[in-house]
Amino acid sequence: MGSSVEERPKWDNKIQYLLTCIGFAVGIGNVWRFPYLCQIYGGGAFLIPYLIALVFEGLPLLYLEMAIGQRLRLGSIGAWNSISPFLGGVGIASMIVSLLICLFYNTIMAWILWYFFHSFQNPLPWTQCPLNENRTGYNAECEKSTPVNYFWYRETLNITRSIDDSGSLQWGLVICLASAWCVLYICFIKGIESIGKAVYVTTTFPYLVLTIFLVRGLTLPGATDGLVYLFTPDWDILMNPQVWLDAATQIFFSLSVAFGGLIAFASYNDEKNNCERDAVLVGIINSATSLYASIPIFSILGFKANNAYNACLQGNILDLTNEFDISDQNITTENYDDWLAYLNRTFPDKLARVVLTPCDLEKFLDQSASGTGLAFIAFTEAVISMPGSQVWAILFFIMLFSLGLSSMFGNLEGVLTPIRDLKLVPKWIPSSVFTGIACLMCFLIALIFTQGSGNYWVEVFNSYVGSVPLLIIAVFEVIGVIYIRGMKTFSDDILFMNGRRPNIYWKICWWFISPVMLVVVFIAYVVIQIQKHPVYPAWNPDYEEFPDTETVPYPNWVFAIIILLSSVPVIPIPLVAIYRLIRREMRRSSTSGDLTPHCNDGLEVENFQQMSQST
Amino acid sequence: MSRLCVGSSHAYKVRISIKTALGNQAYVWNDNEMYLFRAAMAFALRSYHNGQEFNVSNIMVCNETPRVSFWFVVSSPENSSVLLKKGDVENAIRKSRNRINGAFLLTDQTLEFIDIPPTLAAPVMPVTPPWLIVFGVVMGAVGAGIIFLLVSSLVQSKRKKNKKTLDEDREDMRGIENGLGCDNLGGVYNTTFSDGDKFTPM
Repeated sequence: MGSSVEERPKWDNKIQYLLTCIGFAVGIGNVWRFPYLCQIYGGGAFLIPYLIALVFEGLPLLYLEMAIGQRLRLGSIGAWNSISPFLGGVGIASMIVSLLICLFYNTIMAWILWYFFHSFQNPLPWTQCPLNENRTGYNAECEKSTPVNYFWYRETLNITRSIDDSGSLQWGLVICLASAWCVLYICFIKGIESIGKAVYVTTTFPYLVLTIFLVRGLTLPGATDGLVYLFTPDWDILMNPQVWLDAATQIFFSLSVAFGGLIAFASYNDEKNNCERDAVLVGIINSATSLYASIPIFSILGFKANNAYNACLQGNILDLTNEFDISDQNITTENYDDWLAYLNRTFPDKLARVVLTPCDLEKFLDQSASGTGLAFIAFTEAVISMPGSQVWAILFFIMLFSLGLSSMFGNLEGVLTPIRDLKLVPKWIPSSVFTGIACLMCFLIALIFTQGSGNYWVEVFNSYVGSVPLLIIAVFEVIGVIYIRGMKTFSDDILFMNGRRPNIYWKICWWFISPVMLVVVFIAYVVIQIQKHPVYPAWNPDYEEFPDTETVPYPNWVFAIIILLSSVPVIPIPLVAIYRLIRREMRRSSTSGDLTPHCNDGLEVENFQQMSQST
Repeated sequence: MSRLCVGSSHAYKVRISIKTALGNQAYVWNDNEMYLFRAAMAFALRSYHNGQEFNVSNIMVCNETPRVSFWFVVSSPENSSVLLKKGDVENAIRKSRNRINGAFLLTDQTLEFIDIPPTLAAPVMPVTPPWLIVFGVVMGAVGAGIIFLLVSSLVQSKRKKNKKTLDEDREDMRGIENGLGCDNLGGVYNTTFSDGDKFTPM
């Protein structure tokens, strides 16, 4: 035939598609955000709002996106244009959000790579403080905080005092960022052919490592303290509305809906594929992974707290032994309390002269951490005390890298598929070259995150891009599909794909429960955010209470950027609707000079839909 | 002898933690160990002050406690009632610290001389940081993979293009065989849908 119509690429088999979606949903947040939320929100009790949010908000949204993508067989922009020309902005919004998230997410991958490369040393570089200039003692900043903190803030990030001070480009991070983009590119080079093969490793490997860590973690001393602390339910916490808000937001962001990536992945499917089963499977596996990951994480954190507690006790024991000249090792952690009582009876004034630090295991367990604090500070500190530290560090960072890489596939796909579907790329550029150019441009823009103030900017992007815009997009998605496309048409779509219509549970969720939950979450989020001027923790060695981080308010120019980041992605939604409306009005009211007799306005919209559905 | 030691301003306090250092293999501190300590001190002073012959008798110990901690002073070999100044003793101990530690199987933290801080060991810095080596290996593999994949896909697409032009020639021939090319079918070209193409945005 010699036609130039390209066949849409397809997944090699169902497993690849499922693994890619699971990999996209299961990300670093499952490991470093969920356990933290579980801990601060009363352990086992948090599971209740979490599971309710999954059933009534997460699964319906997931099913909706996958069904739309599979039925319309287009990326996010094309899909929303198909549903209604006025909703084209939703696709553009998804694309912009995915692009912004690509930028900072790969910076986190660069940090993980940095730590991975540095794990091949003995001893690990974050175990000791470096010496100061005249070799008389350890580096002052490191002495006041800990070697682990110093390695993260000073040797990795070389962080500046505040976000105003940009600092210089850290060349070590620059080359790690280049590696992260290169690894991402090599997986993307042949589109979903290469992604489909890469996910066999990137999605399954983290489960293997989590299992290894589970076994290792449970056999460490102090693991049970951590686990008990994590899972002990505190039922009163359910009265606090913040818990429900955080559960809903966590489910939402954890499943990676509204990014456009899931629509893109589903668009490469067969038309007659049971996407209901896929959606339920992906949603349940995502939550199960979060739970599964929290067990080794908390075993290891319990071990770390136990170590800190013992070190605190040993410090006190040493002070007592030296002050009272008691024989070495006569006081142990077991008989410490008895000795203390005895000394208080016999030599109270001498005892009063000894400065003992109060040692409380609960306080050490309370030092919970999430995000980069968990991976790069808490965990690395725990790893030092485990025998064979290098092996554990290497395994941990490879696992984090795999988790992040599979999520990046979805993020980048959410950017590239719409561009390809819009046919914005000239035909003579092969797709692998186009992907390379896109990766190169993202890398160059992301260099701002490798400056001294990079970590502060990542926090800004993480908090404000990945929150409000996604909520708005999701609300419009549900409204667009259920109310504009129509529940009947959508049910017909699903009948065509799955062989039966959606049952009453899905209908009620889509029609009413999910949009209401999303709107409530959105309003609550905005209300909480605007109540106070946003602040951020800054690492300032000159702060009086160093090594605590200093809470600094964002300067006004950063605040303006925050507003921009939250609003620019969602502006296309009203803009495109208004633009299409104006064009339609203009066409209706224009004179016959423009119209040819056979150009029938009534057919225009239908032609439009037909054309875009057949590509 | 111990009169010179007690309350002297030239005395150093020593604190030893054998059980902390050696655990199960700890030895018991007794007079023989004390003799070894005095001999080690004499050795340290001999190596520092080349020529002066210090003896075990020049090292005087007092105020021993069960902690195991005690004070000691050093008297000069020529005149046993003159005590050595703190600075000299400190330098001698600093110089031979490793040997003294080794004699007792202890470390800087478990054999403490109060007021003599241990010199910190400089961390070993290899010439090429090891992380750059790992980075080089990983990036080399990734870069080679990228180049290989790009080149192979380029070669494949060239081969496909050659095959396509071959097929097109064959199809043109087919059209002419029938005597009807698509362009020669006749009829009026329907402009309705072509205009539709133009107006329909993607």
